[in-house]
Amino acid sequence: MIEKTGIPPREMVKKEFPKDERVLINPKAIIECYKEIPCNPCETSCPFDAIHVGEDINKRPVIDFDKCTGCGICVFNCPGLAISVMQLKEDKALLKIPYEFIPRPQKDALVNVVNRSGEVITVGLVKRVQEGKKQKQTALLHIEIDRDFIYDAITIEVPHGQ
Amino acid sequence: MERGMYMRHKEAVIIGAGPAGLKAAKSLCEAGASVTIIDRNKDLGGQLTKQTHKFFGSEKQYASVRGIEILKILLNDLLEYGTQCEILNETSVVGLYHDKVIACVKDDKFFKIKAESIIIATGASEKSIPFENNDLPGIYAAGAVQTLMNQYGVKPGDKVLMVGSGNIGLIVSYQLMQAGVEVVKLVEAAPSISGYLVHASKIQRLGVDILTQTSIKRAIGKEQVEKVELWNLDETWQGMEGSEQTLEVDTVCISVGLAPLTELLMQVGAEVMYVRELGGNVPKIDHRYQTTVKGVYACGDVCGIEEASSAMVEGALSGIHAAFDLGYTIDDEKRKVKALKEELKFLRSGPHAAKIRAGYNKLGVMI
Ligand SMILES: Cc1cc2nc3c(=O)[nH]c(=O)nc-3n(C[C@H](O)[C@H](O)[C@H](O)COP(=O)(O)OP(=O)(O)OC[C@H]3O[C@@H](n4cnc5c(N)ncnc54)[C@H](O)[C@@H]3O)c2cc1C
Ligand code: SF4
Ligand code: SF4
Repeated sequence: MIEKTGIPPREMVKKEFPKDERVLINPKAIIECYKEIPCNPCETSCPFDAIHVGEDINKRPVIDFDKCTGCGICVFNCPGLAISVMQLKEDKALLKIPYEFIPRPQKDALVNVVNRSGEVITVGLVKRVQEGKKQKQTALLHIEIDRDFIYDAITIEVPHGQ
Repeated sequence: MERGMYMRHKEAVIIGAGPAGLKAAKSLCEAGASVTIIDRNKDLGGQLTKQTHKFFGSEKQYASVRGIEILKILLNDLLEYGTQCEILNETSVVGLYHDKVIACVKDDKFFKIKAESIIIATGASEKSIPFENNDLPGIYAAGAVQTLMNQYGVKPGDKVLMVGSGNIGLIVSYQLMQAGVEVVKLVEAAPSISGYLVHASKIQRLGVDILTQTSIKRAIGKEQVEKVELWNLDETWQGMEGSEQTLEVDTVCISVGLAPLTELLMQVGAEVMYVRELGGNVPKIDHRYQTTVKGVYACGDVCGIEEASSAMVEGALSGIHAAFDLGYTIDDEKRKVKALKEELKFLRSGPHAAKIRAGYNKLGVMI
């Protein structure tokens, strides 16, 4: 199905998460790079050596959750916008996503959070809008969502026609 | 047109200043040759001038850097060589003769250059598809849309139908959204998405539905596109009567592939061969990127539609070989060539490059 629509089914997404949800008490990168492509900036950008692609850069990236600190550096270095960071905070969760639209949402704004099909599933709170020269114009949004949505939330709705 | 029939003599001439041509120029300059780069556009860089997205690949091919930033790096590299590298922009090559005479037009003036060595890096042109009213205003090729948006800051329309799910169609859809344009749907004739899935997922999660086995039947509108009719395709790629649906859009963006620009190669008498996997007619090159005409080399998309990453490596290689044939010695030549070839091999080793590998196989070159 994903080959036809670009939408990974939930089971596929879940496989990229730590098996034990408690691992997410600390922030962890979730990599959704489902097909082999010649690419490896995720591996080379990670300062903690937590992502492995290997010499054949066509191989899919593999993450070592023990090493990943959830810093988010791979998130804005991935040209496929295929990485996010997830962290559980009691009944909430904090999602870090790459964002390349102007204007950026404001801190403390409420935003529509969408799933991988582009449907609005919940409302999130913008906790931080992280920008930096090294990010090469890709902002990192920190969005607080309800914990129930950790396997579904992927980005925020972009307002049309600006 | 004024006919100033003077002829200049040049050592190495590169036709086309895309990533392939610019890298070839660098190799030649490094070796000590004097180089002339010709491009019909004002801004050098070929396709790179339009690419505002971050590139794939590995660090060697500037992965994670935006195309336009890669271009700055390539141009800066050449600046170092000052007048050793002459640039003739806004100059079109209109003819190429067997004796390596290049006919050029700049500012309506016609002139000729006699070169000792020629590298052809002319890239590719966009293909189109037949459908009713495909000449209505509002129907653009993807490249034209990119030029409008990324170079001139002009929106092509407000509601777009994208045709084609290759990387270009997927990336341009995303760039349209970044420019505030609504991409209503993306249609693809094949049964599955042909570009990278990460690009597809990126636009799908922003609400752009991708419809496979679907194509555009006709565009509707008086002065300009107002609607389009889509239909489903059966297993034999034929449109199915009764499956039509109408969509309100004011723009159709066509991205159904590229074809190598081989006219100059044919003029100079280089043998070409039709290889579907590489995008159409491509020159028969040897493992040193030389065509069947001695002293004429080809690299980049003109040898087969690929990526800027591979175009750069091919450019670097053909520059080294051309310099060698001109009599220059290149420091560490063998090691450099080997490393570049390894790089190419990696770029072409994944499942997405299966077509490319098959294409070169047909062409009978092992590169
Ligand atoms: C939307 C899009 C996204 C892409 N994304 C990526 C990516 O993420 N990663 C990647 O590696 N690649 C990507 N590519 C592919 C990449 O841009 C091309 O493969 C690459 O530019 C080919 O390089 P080239 O030098 O062979 O040709 P081009 O870049 O096409 O350059 C050819 C040049 O030759 C000039 N020319 C042609 N004929 C003449 C003539 N008769 N006289 C004078 N000048 C002439 C043209 O004006 C042009 O400047 C993308 C392409 C597009 C369109
Ligand atoms: S979030 Fe940071 S530590 Fe984790 S994989 Fe990405 S770059 Fe490495
Ligand atoms: S950088 Fe992104 S697109 Fe490239 S291999 Fe890593 S996860 Fe996949």
